[in-house]
Amino acid sequence: MKPRTRRALWIVGGLAALGVATALVLNAFQSNLVFFFTPTQIADNQAPHGRSFRVGGLVEAGSVVHDKDALTVRFRVTDTSRTIPVVYTGILPDLFKEGKGVVAQGKIGPDGVFHASEVLAKHDENYMPPEAAEALRKAGHPIDKTAFAGQGKP
Amino acid sequence: MIPELGHFALVVALALAVAQAAFSFIGAHTGRRALMGTSRSIATGQFLFVAAAFAALAYSFVSSDFSVVNVVQHSNSKLPWYYRFAATWGSHEGSMLLWTLMLGIWTFAVAVFSRHLPERLVTRVIGVMGLVSVGFLLFILLTSDPFERLIPAAAEGQDLNPLLQDPGMVAHPPMLYTGYVGFSVAFAFAIAALLEGRLDAAWARWSRPWTTAAWCFLTVGIMMGSIWAYYELGWGGWWFWDPVENASFMPWLAGTALIHSLAVTEKRGTFRAWTVLLAIVAFSLSLVGTFLVRSGVLTSVHAFATDPRRGIFILLFLVIVIGGSLAVFAWRAPRVGLGASFAPVSRESLLLANNVLLAVALAAVMLGTLYPLFLDALHLGKISVGPPYFDAVFFPLMAPAVFLMAIGPVASWKRAALPDLWLRLRWAFGIAIVTAVLLPFVFGHWSPVIAFGLWLGLWVVAAGVAQVWQRFAGAPQRGFAAKVRAQSLSWYGMQIAHVGVAAFIFGVTIVKGYETERDLRMAPGQHTTIAGYDFEFKGTRDLPGPNYSAIEGEFDVRHEGSTQVFLQLHPQKRTYAASGQTQTEASIDPGLTRDLYVSLGEPVEGNAWGVRVYYKPFVDWIWGGCALMALGGFLALSDRRYRLKRAATEPAGAAAQAMRP
Repeated sequence: MKPRTRRALWIVGGLAALGVATALVLNAFQSNLVFFFTPTQIADNQAPHGRSFRVGGLVEAGSVVHDKDALTVRFRVTDTSRTIPVVYTGILPDLFKEGKGVVAQGKIGPDGVFHASEVLAKHDENYMPPEAAEALRKAGHPIDKTAFAGQGKP
Repeated sequence: MIPELGHFALVVALALAVAQAAFSFIGAHTGRRALMGTSRSIATGQFLFVAAAFAALAYSFVSSDFSVVNVVQHSNSKLPWYYRFAATWGSHEGSMLLWTLMLGIWTFAVAVFSRHLPERLVTRVIGVMGLVSVGFLLFILLTSDPFERLIPAAAEGQDLNPLLQDPGMVAHPPMLYTGYVGFSVAFAFAIAALLEGRLDAAWARWSRPWTTAAWCFLTVGIMMGSIWAYYELGWGGWWFWDPVENASFMPWLAGTALIHSLAVTEKRGTFRAWTVLLAIVAFSLSLVGTFLVRSGVLTSVHAFATDPRRGIFILLFLVIVIGGSLAVFAWRAPRVGLGASFAPVSRESLLLANNVLLAVALAAVMLGTLYPLFLDALHLGKISVGPPYFDAVFFPLMAPAVFLMAIGPVASWKRAALPDLWLRLRWAFGIAIVTAVLLPFVFGHWSPVIAFGLWLGLWVVAAGVAQVWQRFAGAPQRGFAAKVRAQSLSWYGMQIAHVGVAAFIFGVTIVKGYETERDLRMAPGQHTTIAGYDFEFKGTRDLPGPNYSAIEGEFDVRHEGSTQVFLQLHPQKRTYAASGQTQTEASIDPGLTRDLYVSLGEPVEGNAWGVRVYYKPFVDWIWGGCALMALGGFLALSDRRYRLKRAATEPAGAAAQAMRP
């Protein structure tokens, strides 16, 4: 084999490997995108069935019910215009509180209940998850962030 | 008074930074020694004034000066003094000042430790760092003044976020920033070399220890962040592929590629343009990472709308630094030239494969981190990219890189023979396969993924042992001690860092494969058994803290079937007085082969609690591996060849000296 042909072969091989890697990456990317929906969008049947997504809003005051003998908890998430019932089994993050922002990831069941596999503890410095703030904004109730700070501003 | 002095010190530092950049570039360009001679002292002065400003801010925090907005928002008089001090970098403004301070320290270090390098090159390096400093000081002074006053002063501060009230907060950010900012030295060396039009093996040797040092600090910084997340977030994870973590991981990947590419440039004079490009990329990613985490862009892209000056400044600064350096690269790189050629099977091509794989992994992480931000910025919807994406992409890309990593140091430069490589590594290969197939049975159940992970780690260790053995056997010295002494520190450093990678892989594989996690409801007196350990919940009691009140649980741990309590764990649930926030403090019994981890959820009813009980085998190996990588790096940069005088070893440098006007 001439050195030139050999070099060309190496380059072609390298490009092919790179192409395969790119295809794998994009495929994994496509199948792992998690979309976000607000309670209003879910009520309008825009959310997918059978695929995991995120819902955000406020934990409706007075809606949190703990099961007696297990770690299952039921609550409702609201964007102040519509609400969605959520059920979750496990230990909730420290920042989970009634009237505060929350983001949950999971699937919607045939009963219309959102089965959360994860309740997220992520939040900004005012303890308002960005997705939750977005849900309230979309529902026409952009909130004063400081109202959720849990602390007095000077 | 003190905050105003701090503000004034920043203004002086800005003036000095401008002078530092201007005098250095003009001096280096015209070759006027008098001008070049000033760059070191101006850089030192700039560093001292930034340090003074930082000290002023730290003083305001430690003395709880609640007439400073920044202090009011991020501190509280009831905080212990060390958290008041750490709160200095708890805010956006403070962390920018810390960044600038680190830049000053690195510039000062370059000024002190590079006396043996050609003066013009060092002058240009200091000039580039001065430019970066100008950018950051302007940013602080124009948009993020940490010394802003609050009139009238507040009576009490709002407290530091309870998550940050942890020893991790004291050590992790400074360490991470030391690493981030350290890449500015590699960047400055790259730009200076492009301007000189001189990129050779000698340049690579001068730039290499700085790059390695930055990489080590970044490694330790990321490791500390991971440990912190593990015990502080209370759910036992050590890496979440969170954008904040990815922001520090991307420069690390680029830096890892860079230190390997620099090795080729130093030893063989090849990969020059690529090395320079990587130096630019590593530093650019450090900048992007800092701003991603610190500007609030991750919480909401639209946060910029509240203070558009900040966002516009940041974008402008990134465009100038990244665009400017790429322009210099495009302009000068054609003059850099190619290095010596090499065969398809050689150490060069193995390192090339390592670089390509790291670059692809970097691109994949970047895609997953930045794509949601772009979508959000363009109002195309909110999405998130889950950890499964990163897992699915990252591990397949790194597995071949790790496999080749074991072969690289054995292969010879320029041309290596496959049969020879096989001859030298066949025992290592065989032993690794047999052990990897059998080892999972010792731990419990067998699965192909676990066996594969163990095999990768074992292969790296076995190949390393084979190489050390052959190196000693082939050394001409008499006696074992003489053979050991004859090898260079950088060679030992590389071996240790590679073993660190193996230890990391063991940790990840075993903890992923055999960890047991249980969330359950426990009433006092109840038992639960996981992985051969029996946990008994004894109850809770109230415990006051300095600025919080805690409920502390008590757990007795016994070996299954034994009646003797060998360990007590005390997880806490804290409620912080100033903010009213609750914070879970896990209780962990660390060990070489396993961690036992208990954290409290919330009270269920009566005296019962939601409880997390975890058994994490070999989890500490993950951080042990990182520590070994950093240790290897520090060993490598202590190699004496980096400290030799240029005249004695570098004819090319002397020639360049003679060419000066």
